[in-house]
Amino acid sequence: MSAQGKKQVADGGNALRLLRIVLPVLVLALGLIVWELVVRLNDIQPYVLPGPVLVFKTLISDWDVLWQSLLTTLLTTLEGFIAASVGGIGLALLFNQSKLLEYSLFPYAVILQVTPVIAIAPLLLIYLPQQTAVVVCAWIVGFFPVLSNTTLGLNSVDRNLAGLFQLYGASRLQALRLLKLPSALPYILGGLRIAGGLSLIGAVVAEIAAGTAGAGSGLAYRIAESGYRLNIPRMFAALLLLSLAGIVIYGLLALISHLALRRWHESALGKES
Amino acid sequence: MVQVLSDIDADLAGLSVSLRGVTKTFEGGISALGPLDLKVRKGEFLALVGPSGCGKSTALRLIAGLATPTTGTVQTSRHDRDARPGHAIGFVFQEPTLMPWTSVWENVRLPLRLARTPAAAADVRIREALERVGLAEFAQSYPRELSGGMKMRVSLARALVTDPDILLMDEPFAALDEITRFRLNNDLLALWRNLRKTVIFVTHSVFESVYLSQRVVVMTSRPGRIAAEIGIATVEPRGEEFRTSAAYADYCRKVSAALAPAYSGRSAL
Repeated sequence: MSAQGKKQVADGGNALRLLRIVLPVLVLALGLIVWELVVRLNDIQPYVLPGPVLVFKTLISDWDVLWQSLLTTLLTTLEGFIAASVGGIGLALLFNQSKLLEYSLFPYAVILQVTPVIAIAPLLLIYLPQQTAVVVCAWIVGFFPVLSNTTLGLNSVDRNLAGLFQLYGASRLQALRLLKLPSALPYILGGLRIAGGLSLIGAVVAEIAAGTAGAGSGLAYRIAESGYRLNIPRMFAALLLLSLAGIVIYGLLALISHLALRRWHESALGKES
Repeated sequence: MVQVLSDIDADLAGLSVSLRGVTKTFEGGISALGPLDLKVRKGEFLALVGPSGCGKSTALRLIAGLATPTTGTVQTSRHDRDARPGHAIGFVFQEPTLMPWTSVWENVRLPLRLARTPAAAADVRIREALERVGLAEFAQSYPRELSGGMKMRVSLARALVTDPDILLMDEPFAALDEITRFRLNNDLLALWRNLRKTVIFVTHSVFESVYLSQRVVVMTSRPGRIAAEIGIATVEPRGEEFRTSAAYADYCRKVSAALAPAYSGRSAL
C-alpha cells in the first residue's frame, strides 16, 4: 500500500472516531433545542414541564442545596460500594477456600440479589438507623456482581499454570496471591464496574424509601421532596446531577480498570496489536 | 539401548526416572495408561512419540507428580540439596503457560519465588537462565509483546531456573512454525549438551523425536503402552547435516513403521 493510501486509511479511522463523539453531541443538542421549543411554543408551565434552560438555571440557583445533597448521596454510594467490594471479594475468597462454606451460603447470596431492593428498603429502615439502612441497601445491590465475578475469575485460572504452581510446591497463600488473584483481576474489575453503578441505584432507592418516611437529605430525597412541592425544575436538575454522578462513577472505574490491565489483558489492548 | 537394571533405588542405579507397572484410570473407568514400564538414565534425552490420546502427556504428568498413578510406582531421583519435592523437575507445557500479567523476568523468577530463594541468589540465576535462552534484553517485556517462539524460550528459561535434574517437555514446540521449531530444536540440543539434564520430550512428530533424542519410545493408544523402543546412535553434536543424512531418514522410517500400528483402525481424520 502506498504511503498516501495508508494516510487515507488513518484519516478514515480518525474521522470515524470523531463521528462517534460528534454524533451523540449533535443528537443531544438537537433534543435540547426541540425540548425548549416545544415548551416555549406551547407555552407549557414549568410545574408541568420545564425547558432545559430553566432546568440549567435552577441547577445554578439551587446549587448549594443540590451540591450538599449530591455529596450526601455520593458518600452513601461510596460507603455502599466499598462494603460491596470488600464483602463481595472477601466472600468469594472464602468460598474459593471452602466448598462447604460456599454450599451453605451461596443460595442466600442469590436470594439477596433476586429480591428487589425497593421492597427490602422499607424493612431495613424499620430496624436500622437511617444512614446505616441506606448504606446497607447500596451494599445489597452492589455486592452480588462483585461476588459472582470474583468467583468466576478465581475459577478461571489457567490449568497448566495451576499445575506449575503445584509442581513447585506453592503454598495456598502463594497460589492465591501470585496466581488466583492476578488471574481474577479482570473479572473483579468488571464486577466492580457494575457494582459502582448499582451502589448508586441502591443508595437512591433507599433514599426515596427513607424520604417517604420523612427523613434524609440526599439527591433522591430532593427529587421526592421537589415532587411533592411541584418544584419540577429542581427535580430535573437533581436528576441531571444523579445521571452525571453515575457517568463519572462508571468512567472512573473504567479508567482504573484500563490502567490496571493495559499492559497485559486483551480487553485493555489496542485493536491493532 | 537402555540396560536393564536391578530393582534397587532409582537414584543408586544411575537412573533418573523409573516407572514400574504404572497404570492410570480416569474417573468413569477410562483406562488411559499402562501398564507402563520405563527407565530413563541420568542425562538421557528420551522422546515419547505416539498418537494423540495415547497417554504420553499423562505419563509426563505422573512423572512430574502432577497426577498420581492408579497402580504401580513412579520414582524420580532428586537433588540432595533440595528437600522440597518437585524441585528437581522442570516442566515445559505445550503452551508457553506464562503469567500474562507480569514481565518475563517475574515469570522466570516464579519457581524461585515459590521456593523463597533469597533475592540476590535468585537474580543471578534468573539472569543466567535468560541468557541461556537468548532473552536477556527482553527481561522487562510482557509475554504478549513476544513472539510464539520467544514465549516458548521464556517457558524454557523458567524450567531451567531451578537447575532441575529432569526436564519434562510436553509437545513444547508443536504450535510453532517449522523454522522456529528447527531453531528451538537446535538450541535445546545445545542446552542439553552443556547441562546434561535428563530430558523427556513428548511429541507427535517423528522427525522431531529422531532429531533430538538418544532413544525414541513409541506408544500406542487406549490404553497407552510402549510399542517399541528405538535407540538413535549418531555422531554428536547433531546439526543440520544430521537432519539431511540418510541415517536420519532411516531412523524416521523405523519410528514411523513402529508408529503405524498405533494408528491402524482409526479413521483418517
